[in-house]
Amino acid sequence: MTRKQRRFAFLAGGLVVLGIAAALVLFALRDTIVFFYGPGEALARLEDGQLRAGQRVRLGGLVEGGSVEKPAGGPIVFVITDGTSNVKVTFNDILPDLFREGQGVVAQGTFGENRVFIADEVLAKHDEKYMPPEVADALKKSGRWKEGEAGGPPAPGGAP
Amino acid sequence: MIPEIGHFALLLGLALALYQAAAGFFGAARRAPRLMESAGAAAIALAGALAVSFGALIAVYVQSDFSVAVVVGNSHSAKPLLYKIAGAWGNHEGSMLLWSLMLALFGAMVAVFGRGLPPTLKARVLGVQALIGVAFLLFIAFTSNPFARLDPAPLDGRGLNPLLQDPGLAFHPPLLYAGYVGFSITFAFAVAGLIEGKIDAAWARWVRPWALAAWMALTLGIALGSWWAYYELGWGGFWFWDPVENASLLPWLAGAALLHSAIVCERREAMKAWTVFLALLAFSFSLLGTFLVRSGVLTSVHAFASDPERGVFILAILVLTVGISFALFAWRAPSLRATVVFSPVSRETALALNNLLLTSAALAVLIGTLYPLVVDALSGEAISVGPPYFNLVVGALFLPLLIIVPFGPRLAWKRAQIAQAATQLWAAAGVALVIGIAVLALQTKGPWLAAVGIALGAWLICGALSDLAERSRLFRVSFGTSLSRLAGLPGAVWGSALAHAGVGVTVLGVVAATAWAEESIKAMKAGDIADIGPYHVTLVEMAPVQGANYIADRAVLKVERGGAAVLTMTPERRFFPVSRTTTTETAIHTTGFSDLYAALGERMEDGEAWTVRLHYRPLAPFIWLGALLMAAGGALSLLDRRLRVGAPSRRIVATPVAAE
Repeated sequence: MTRKQRRFAFLAGGLVVLGIAAALVLFALRDTIVFFYGPGEALARLEDGQLRAGQRVRLGGLVEGGSVEKPAGGPIVFVITDGTSNVKVTFNDILPDLFREGQGVVAQGTFGENRVFIADEVLAKHDEKYMPPEVADALKKSGRWKEGEAGGPPAPGGAP
Repeated sequence: MIPEIGHFALLLGLALALYQAAAGFFGAARRAPRLMESAGAAAIALAGALAVSFGALIAVYVQSDFSVAVVVGNSHSAKPLLYKIAGAWGNHEGSMLLWSLMLALFGAMVAVFGRGLPPTLKARVLGVQALIGVAFLLFIAFTSNPFARLDPAPLDGRGLNPLLQDPGLAFHPPLLYAGYVGFSITFAFAVAGLIEGKIDAAWARWVRPWALAAWMALTLGIALGSWWAYYELGWGGFWFWDPVENASLLPWLAGAALLHSAIVCERREAMKAWTVFLALLAFSFSLLGTFLVRSGVLTSVHAFASDPERGVFILAILVLTVGISFALFAWRAPSLRATVVFSPVSRETALALNNLLLTSAALAVLIGTLYPLVVDALSGEAISVGPPYFNLVVGALFLPLLIIVPFGPRLAWKRAQIAQAATQLWAAAGVALVIGIAVLALQTKGPWLAAVGIALGAWLICGALSDLAERSRLFRVSFGTSLSRLAGLPGAVWGSALAHAGVGVTVLGVVAATAWAEESIKAMKAGDIADIGPYHVTLVEMAPVQGANYIADRAVLKVERGGAAVLTMTPERRFFPVSRTTTTETAIHTTGFSDLYAALGERMEDGEAWTVRLHYRPLAPFIWLGALLMAAGGALSLLDRRLRVGAPSRRIVATPVAAE
């Protein structure tokens, strides 16, 4: 092989690998992304059929005060609210340590046929001052977000 | 008084860094020896000043000086000493100071150990290093002063987040930062090399140890973080593809590529521009990671309360650093032509392929991590890219990468024979294949891919062993001769064998602990029984416990295996009154080959039953054992003096540097 051919072979080989990687990324991205909705938005989308029961979504909002039930033998039940709409959530696992009534939470899972959200993952953050950005946005959309409220906007300070 | 000393030392450090940058660049441009030497002295003084500053911060934490704002926010008088000290970097302000201190320490190490470096290169490296330092010290001084006072001082502090009160997490940030910041040195060498227009074998020889050291620290830091998440968060998982985890994985992947391409650059003077590119990329990823963690733009288990102003400042540092360095690269790289050729079958090609796959994996992780931000900016829709994406893409790219790993050390430089390497590796391939088929035949659940993964792990370990066997000429000369040959092998050979075997061990752990994990989550009352893996677990009783700064509910679990009592596990749920937070203390019983993992959830409404989560994870300890082996391999390689002593010295006096 001449020098030129060799360089071309290396370049072509490299491009093939990169091409395969790019195709892989596009394929995987299309099939695995999960949308985030607030309770109101999620219910509206269920209503007009844009969101199907069984489709994976992330649902975020505030845990409604007094809504958490831990029946013996059954899953934990609580309500995620954005102030105007409520979604009942069931969760059959250990709640995270920072899960608190009145605070921001993100649940991942699917809607059942009866509009009850079946969560398989519930995230509450390391830091009680922290509000997930999506939850803050969802609360802003529903006009619920106010300065200085419990579970309100992030305050300065934090940890790594 | 102590906070003022710390603050003064911090500002003194800023002045020293400014001087170091100016002296480094002007000294090198004018070839003024005394000016260049003074940059080295400034680097040492800078490290001293920041050490004093950081020491002062630790002192105010140990004394619980509640007139200092960060101490109030993150400490409490009733806290164990270790966590008072660790609290110094367990918050934004302190951790940025630690970052700057590490940066200065690395700069000082260049000044002290870089005696053999050409003076202009050394001065420019110190100059670049100092500029980064200036940026971060300005950041601290203007947005995150750790020594800000409170008046009036409160009586006691708010306490450190209890999740962070853990030995694993006390050392996780310093190691991670050593890794992140370590890549600033390779970055500084790359920029200085580009300015000088000279990247050669000697350059690569100076860069490689730094890349190796940074990569080792990062490996340990990531492993420690993953281990902490495993036993502290109580979810039983070890890797969540969380944006912040990804942010630490990016420089790790780029660094792994860098330390391999630097070998090619050093031994063969090929892949020069690429090596420089990776050096720039690794540190850019480090800065990106810092930005993602500090700005809170992505939802993450690590995203703590954040301040937009700080995010913008770090973004500015990131954009400036990346912009300037890559512009310099675009301008200078075309002059970095390789002078040698190598055949498509050679160690160079294997290493180039390794680089291509590692970099592709890094880019895929980067895209997956930033994609939600892009979608949010374009359409306002909030989405997340989860584990399925990363598992698929990284898995698919790592599969060919791991297959070629054992070939690398067996291929000759310049021109090699695949057939020859294959005959040396057939034993390893055979063992791996047999193990894979046995796993496939024996497994009762789990995907067939798990068997492929196990075979791959075995292939890496056996490949590393067969490399050592070949080099010691095992079975071809007497055993004693082989042993003495083995002992005489250079550290770099041992290092690469150990690190590659470590990758195999981690692969085994990840695959087995994922594919054959068992999980049981149920509400248990005293006397209830759960069966998991080979274990039979009984909840004996619930007991209240009074700890140093917490109160806890403790479950007493009797664990039996095959009818015989094994041990008693006591997972707890701790409540910290100072911060009004609850943490889960998991209990883990490890045999070295499998983990039984127990976490305690909440009390049910009937007042008797508690949620108990049990996991059985085969080979889970291998995940972190493999990381330790990788780091040990790096250390052995680093200790190999052979590769650094006798580096061809560059005649900078005779030939003027082609800087125009």
